[in-house]
Amino acid sequence: MAAVTPDQLHGHHAPRGVMRWLTTTNHKDIGTMYMIFSFIMFLSGGVLALTIRAELFKPGLQVVQPEFFNQLTTMHGLIMVFGAIMPAFVGFANWMIPLMIGASDMAFARMNNWSFWLLPPAAILLIGSFFAPGGATAAGWTLYAPLSVQMGMGMDLAIFAIHIMGVSSIMGAINIVVTVLNMRAPGMTMMKMPLFCWTWLITAYLLIAVMPVLAGAVTMILADRHFGTSFFNAAGGGDPVMYQHIFWFFGHPEVYIMILPAFGIVSQIIPTFSRKPLFGYASMVYATASIAILSFAVWAHHMFATGMPAAGQLFFMYATMLIAVPTGVKVFNWIATMWRGSLSFEPPMLWATGFIFVFTMGGFTGLICAIAPIDIQVQDTYYVVAHFHYVLVAGSLFALFAGAYYWLPKWTGHMPSEFLGKLHFWCSLVFFNITFFPMHFLGLAGMPRRIPDYALQFADFNALASVGAFGFGLSQLIFIVVVVKCIRGGERAAARSWESAEGLEWTVPSPAPYHTFEEAPVVR
Amino acid sequence: MNRASGMHAGDHYFVPEPSKYPIVGSVALLLFGSGAALWLNAVPAGRWMFFLGIATLIFMMFGWFGQVVRESQGGRYGRRVDKSFRWSMGWFIFSEVMFFAAFFGALFYARVLSVPWLSSGDNAALLWNGFSGAWPTAGPYAADPFTPMAAWGIPAINTLILLTSGVTLTFAHYGLLNGKRGQLKLGLAVTILLGAIFLALQAYEYIHAYEALNLRLESGIYGSTFYLLTGFHGMHVTVGAIMLTVMLFRTFAGHFSPEHHFGFEAAAWYWHFVDVVWLLLFVVVYWL
Repeated sequence: MAAVTPDQLHGHHAPRGVMRWLTTTNHKDIGTMYMIFSFIMFLSGGVLALTIRAELFKPGLQVVQPEFFNQLTTMHGLIMVFGAIMPAFVGFANWMIPLMIGASDMAFARMNNWSFWLLPPAAILLIGSFFAPGGATAAGWTLYAPLSVQMGMGMDLAIFAIHIMGVSSIMGAINIVVTVLNMRAPGMTMMKMPLFCWTWLITAYLLIAVMPVLAGAVTMILADRHFGTSFFNAAGGGDPVMYQHIFWFFGHPEVYIMILPAFGIVSQIIPTFSRKPLFGYASMVYATASIAILSFAVWAHHMFATGMPAAGQLFFMYATMLIAVPTGVKVFNWIATMWRGSLSFEPPMLWATGFIFVFTMGGFTGLICAIAPIDIQVQDTYYVVAHFHYVLVAGSLFALFAGAYYWLPKWTGHMPSEFLGKLHFWCSLVFFNITFFPMHFLGLAGMPRRIPDYALQFADFNALASVGAFGFGLSQLIFIVVVVKCIRGGERAAARSWESAEGLEWTVPSPAPYHTFEEAPVVR
Repeated sequence: MNRASGMHAGDHYFVPEPSKYPIVGSVALLLFGSGAALWLNAVPAGRWMFFLGIATLIFMMFGWFGQVVRESQGGRYGRRVDKSFRWSMGWFIFSEVMFFAAFFGALFYARVLSVPWLSSGDNAALLWNGFSGAWPTAGPYAADPFTPMAAWGIPAINTLILLTSGVTLTFAHYGLLNGKRGQLKLGLAVTILLGAIFLALQAYEYIHAYEALNLRLESGIYGSTFYLLTGFHGMHVTVGAIMLTVMLFRTFAGHFSPEHHFGFEAAAWYWHFVDVVWLLLFVVVYWL
């Protein structure tokens, strides 16, 4: 980060100041920008979430109007999915994949810059849509027709923002696939690659396969809105449910796009702090690939309440439950890696073990939602909200923090504060559960999602969840302190910053020089 | 700065120096996206932002691709860079396939599932009484009758044209591989010409559809899928023809050797891809 300068190998004409960041072709610069951008988006989406929780602190309307509340839930989802979680993982990929496979940079360094710099314009369109006449889109992050066909200019801005983010994701994914396939150092065979590279290779494949489908879906909405087509209009022979099929054909692989790199990060960290090699490396690779392939055949489990034929419900129910098998393989392997290991719990390991524990709870509620007769009862209730926050916050986000604490020494050259890291973890874990665990009960009791007001019997759990949410939000400020302290100084990190960390990234100095592996290392 | 300079080509992977083109492209897409959204909502400035965005994008592509061509001609791309380009073009075409899959999926869903559902069971008895559901349809509430596009007129001729263009392009490729530059130029020129004829016939067909057949974007699900599928295909043919035209100019400029001609091959792959999409279109949109 700050310790990395472009002068080490560039000549005198290397751009400085803001031009360095606008024009850079360096994977470390670009990775850093991805992460800073995603953290800003994380805070923005978090502010929206806290506004939602403030409104839901007690029954009745006190903070926002219902129309604006719907905009908040919609934009919270869109910003967190496309602005925070996905770019954060791409940032990790940029920084770490070339270091892990012994490549000098990403395969397409200029295109890499464009992939990043398309995100701020998309964010401007998306967040700017709050100020459009009629406000931002309020159709829910899934943008279901016919709601999305009816809204104002904010919806159009969101559609074009999604197009631009899609272009960014596809270019980023192609870059990662080609880097992994073509840039490995001599001797770095596919089955010797760190698991993070494997999970990203498979994630990138999913991105290339489904981002264009999302582009097609929102293009159809745009055409229905402005050009008189009838894709989602039954009077013209179309079908609003068709939108849901197309969207979730993208949407379900998308949830694996947000979790597979998290699996990769955790699979790097658990062996280091267990001082044992990863248990079942090959089965981890196969499990990841199985999840990716199955993810194309489960999308309609999001649609059990749409009146699908029973044969369809059964197929999608069983296919979904099948995903528990490879996911179970992964959880088993992580625990088997820790089994009889020489464990220590520095911040990265705390976050990783916390991830396993809380993510698995989200996995179990996922299985419950997969069962069609149950899902029809809990569809669109807070039970579902609880489920996907357990996998996205306690899954993706916890793994991102685990990875950040793990590689901060490599990025900044200084060890992150162990005390603050642990404080950040325990505050996050406790407040996360205070926020989201009561939502299971709310959902089972019948509280629908996406409403600004609710019946009195839901008041206590909602108040509790709101307190937890503010605690969770404030806990994240600790992370800013950790990172700033880490950049500015602290205990110097060795090349191998953690005692038994394995992999090429630990063979280069900390902080990693601006250019690494210009001479490809030989892996035996 | 080329850190491969002074080394043997292929030893070091080419990493380009900092470039201003990506950020120019980002500004272009910001103008393009926000301009389009404003224009669609009748804000007068939107149209100008939209066109300014497109102009900026074209400027960016000229600059960026020009630089890539110069780097390639300067011998700065080794064997591994070539391989990267091949992988990336393949994956890019895969993403395009998935884009079309969304629209083919919509067509499949309408024809096989949603239209039959609309015309059967409770829907037929209570809601859309008398709707037969026969394809092609503009839906149960169609006010404006239309005539569907017949397969065995212009579309069949267009199929022949695109298939022929695939052959002429392969003819050009063999010319390139065997060092016969005349054959390369002739094959490329004929391919581009066939592409242009195809596009002209498509344009004629659209006018015919609007004026004589009353087949419009508003013609229900048939009109929706017909125009978006053929329209996006036509846009891709246009892009492919532009790519081939650039390759023709590069051929005249003396670029490409029998061993080193990835740009030509990428354009050819793309052309074959739009060819295959058309075959599928012809079968499921026009014929069946």
